[in-house]
Amino acid sequence: MEKVIQTRGLYKTFPRKGGSAQTATHYCPGCEHGVLHKLIGEALADLGLQDRTVVISPVGCSVFAYYYFDTGNIQVAHGRAAAVGTGISRTKNDAVVISYQGDGDLASIGLNETLQAANRGEKIAVFFVNNTVYGMTGGQMAPTTLVGEKTETSPEGRDPLQAGYPLHMAELISQLKAPVYIARVSFSNMAKLRQARQAIRKALEIQRDGKGYAFVEVLMACPTNQKMNVEAAIRFVSEQMEAEYPLGVLRDRSGEAKTLVRAESDYRKETLDRLLHLDTDRAPDAKLDPSARTVSVKMAGFGGQGVLSMGVILARTACAAGKFVSWYPSYGPEQRGGTANCGVVISGQPVGSPVVAEADVLVAMNRPSLEKFAGEVKPGGLLIYNAAIGEFAAPAGVRVLAVPAQELAKQGGSPRASNTAMVGVLAALGGFGLPDAVYREAIATHFSGKESVVKQNEAVFELARQWGAKQKP
Amino acid sequence: MATQLVKGNTAVIIGALYAGCDSFFGYPITPASEILHEAAKKFPAAGRRMVQAESEEAAINMVFGAGATGRRTMTASSGPGISLKQEGVSYLSGAQVPAVIVDIMRAGPGLGNIGPEQGDYNQVVKGGGHGNYRNLVLAPASVQEMCDFTRKAFELAQKWRMVVFVLADGVLGQMIEPLRFPEASVAPETDTSWAVDGTAVTRPNVVTSIFLNFDQQEAFNRQLQEKYAAVEAAEQDSEDYRMEDADIGLVAYGISARIAQGAVDAARAEGIRAGLFRPKTLYPFPKDALNAFVAKGGKQLVSVEMSNGQMRDDIKLAVECRCPVHLANRLGGNLITRDEVLAKVREAAKKA
Ligand SMILES: Cc1ncc(C[n+]2csc(CCOP(=O)(O)OP(=O)(O)O)c2C)c(N)n1
Ligand code: SF4
Repeated sequence: MEKVIQTRGLYKTFPRKGGSAQTATHYCPGCEHGVLHKLIGEALADLGLQDRTVVISPVGCSVFAYYYFDTGNIQVAHGRAAAVGTGISRTKNDAVVISYQGDGDLASIGLNETLQAANRGEKIAVFFVNNTVYGMTGGQMAPTTLVGEKTETSPEGRDPLQAGYPLHMAELISQLKAPVYIARVSFSNMAKLRQARQAIRKALEIQRDGKGYAFVEVLMACPTNQKMNVEAAIRFVSEQMEAEYPLGVLRDRSGEAKTLVRAESDYRKETLDRLLHLDTDRAPDAKLDPSARTVSVKMAGFGGQGVLSMGVILARTACAAGKFVSWYPSYGPEQRGGTANCGVVISGQPVGSPVVAEADVLVAMNRPSLEKFAGEVKPGGLLIYNAAIGEFAAPAGVRVLAVPAQELAKQGGSPRASNTAMVGVLAALGGFGLPDAVYREAIATHFSGKESVVKQNEAVFELARQWGAKQKP
Repeated sequence: MATQLVKGNTAVIIGALYAGCDSFFGYPITPASEILHEAAKKFPAAGRRMVQAESEEAAINMVFGAGATGRRTMTASSGPGISLKQEGVSYLSGAQVPAVIVDIMRAGPGLGNIGPEQGDYNQVVKGGGHGNYRNLVLAPASVQEMCDFTRKAFELAQKWRMVVFVLADGVLGQMIEPLRFPEASVAPETDTSWAVDGTAVTRPNVVTSIFLNFDQQEAFNRQLQEKYAAVEAAEQDSEDYRMEDADIGLVAYGISARIAQGAVDAARAEGIRAGLFRPKTLYPFPKDALNAFVAKGGKQLVSVEMSNGQMRDDIKLAVECRCPVHLANRLGGNLITRDEVLAKVREAAKKA
């Protein structure tokens, strides 16, 4: 005989279940899942919460909780209810989220999600059915199985040396700061049933008021897998389970807890444009000019020499001048050993490969990168390097220039800005056809917010540009 | 119109914001972490929600919850994290909950390394989770497309009630290019016919992927396949480069396509008639356009990919062996070079 439940908060009949007996639940006779459903349903109805509620059905015997709860319903993967609940609650501030889970689901496969959601204080009411076994899959050992309890996977009884000790979820969660309410209840006599009803209501009131995380552990037996009749099941709960898992309210901060309000999305374009600084950092759209030469630049040096931002400043300038441009940093094994390099491609049409294999211009800031990349400069290309590197045998057919970058930077008032000095020399000799004023704008945008840094870099740029204009590599 | 110089990973978040994405759930992994960082900076400032999840499994299930409410939501990760999300992707597909996932591929298998690779093709395009489902897969090849395809992914996810992947690689994530900003922002509507969002109108709804009855489960599976057939008819997308008179068609997506484009120019300079066919959707694979090329006289195809022929299999299926399909590839985090592709093209040209 299947169990019949009829109460407010639950559907009158259960068409989702299909079959002929649409008023009977799918739970086994004598199983207390029905009692818990009833208590939750009544509380939801009495508190007027059904329209706001989303019940999450887990994987386990209560996988079909959505046959019964007259609320919004979602069925989820094994153990993931707390994460799904997080997603719902963060998205819909007013939703009342209920997660109904068994011990395999919540305390084994979903333990991480369970603890992390509790620790974040998500607005979820968790109803945790501790029946000491995996019910749906046929009575295997659960994390909550009692020491010595026989299950399909502990046929000689749970041996703590093999399988550890029963996991006390309510106590574990009470180690965390965020949860508002934590209780353990059972239905093993009328007085305990009344306490259970109160705990369930409390957990839902906390959700009604948006105050945060509430956890109610409910002790029950699994008469089918434990092969007990109803009386034996009740005795198992009151005599054995309650001895291991003491009943009571472990925490109630519902009085002090404040309503937690999640943000509302702002979809306005003005908001987004402002957030992304389109007012101050804005370039014209790139102009198609197939006659313009495509120039590939490689920049390389030690990590701290600013080669990556040197490339970004050049790319910014090209972008601000309405060119097509790409910047790509080396990444992966090349990055090891403290060297860095990037490629910048400037063009009058959409850039093909952003990876610079053959460079029209190479900027080398240290010896290893000079030696590594000198051979990649195209015939007739330009190779400029940091003069501090010293003697260097340049490849034939390439225009070469040693730049006293550190001195230029020092003279300009910013000794660390050798990279900006190189940009100045590139402006003079790189052959990119980008106006000097646009370089200065790009420098200002790049260092925006730091006025003195902008000034120093502008000075270094100008000095180096003038120096460069006098050279004939 | 406004243009700004932007990194690929940032462009994803820009696309998501203008598309009206309400929430981002992620877990750090190089080279996708920057997307998470950008979401952390920009989502809350626009009232959007961002949670650093405890794992990729948790992140995808947060996406399941957020998506089930009918709002736009996303996550981003890379190979090892995508593997972990597959259970959730299967559930999303079974429950027909729309979601957007960005995969910035790195080298594998196992922990591999953080170099660029395209080895997630099969697990994303073919579906790495259990069951008869498909993901819609968009393959950007520029910073512009990182933004535009992310925006489009939200539209398609909602239109088809499917998981839509944006499948990119470490290079696209790291590179900087000018981005033309979206001209409008979207304030999406909730489809209350199926969503469950804790309101009176959606109270009768249920989001689930179970049918205990085998026939019902079969009927549902058949319905899914009909949907996928409609997706295949409607959403194939690709781009041609110098394909009009080509004998040899290179097929490449993502950064490989950018590199292959250089190889096409180099081959043309040597008098080899090569062209580039760039799939913008990987599922559905743009087989109609590819077959048109073969029907028009295309003689050979070369799959240019940073994986072990995973895409070549799809090319072969698409052209049903009507022409040879060669493979030019690198693995392990190494970018394929223009010259390596060119060498393959020359080899093919000799065979012709
Ligand atoms: C990923 C995954 N692993 C395993 C299962 C099989 N499974 C279904 S129910 C269940 C155990 C549920 O036990 P519990 O959470 O205690 O709930 P009960 O059945 O006792 O209500 C398992 C392991 C599954 N559905 N998904
Ligand atoms: S298997 Fe056990 S827990 Fe599940 S419905 Fe039956 S008695 Fe209840």
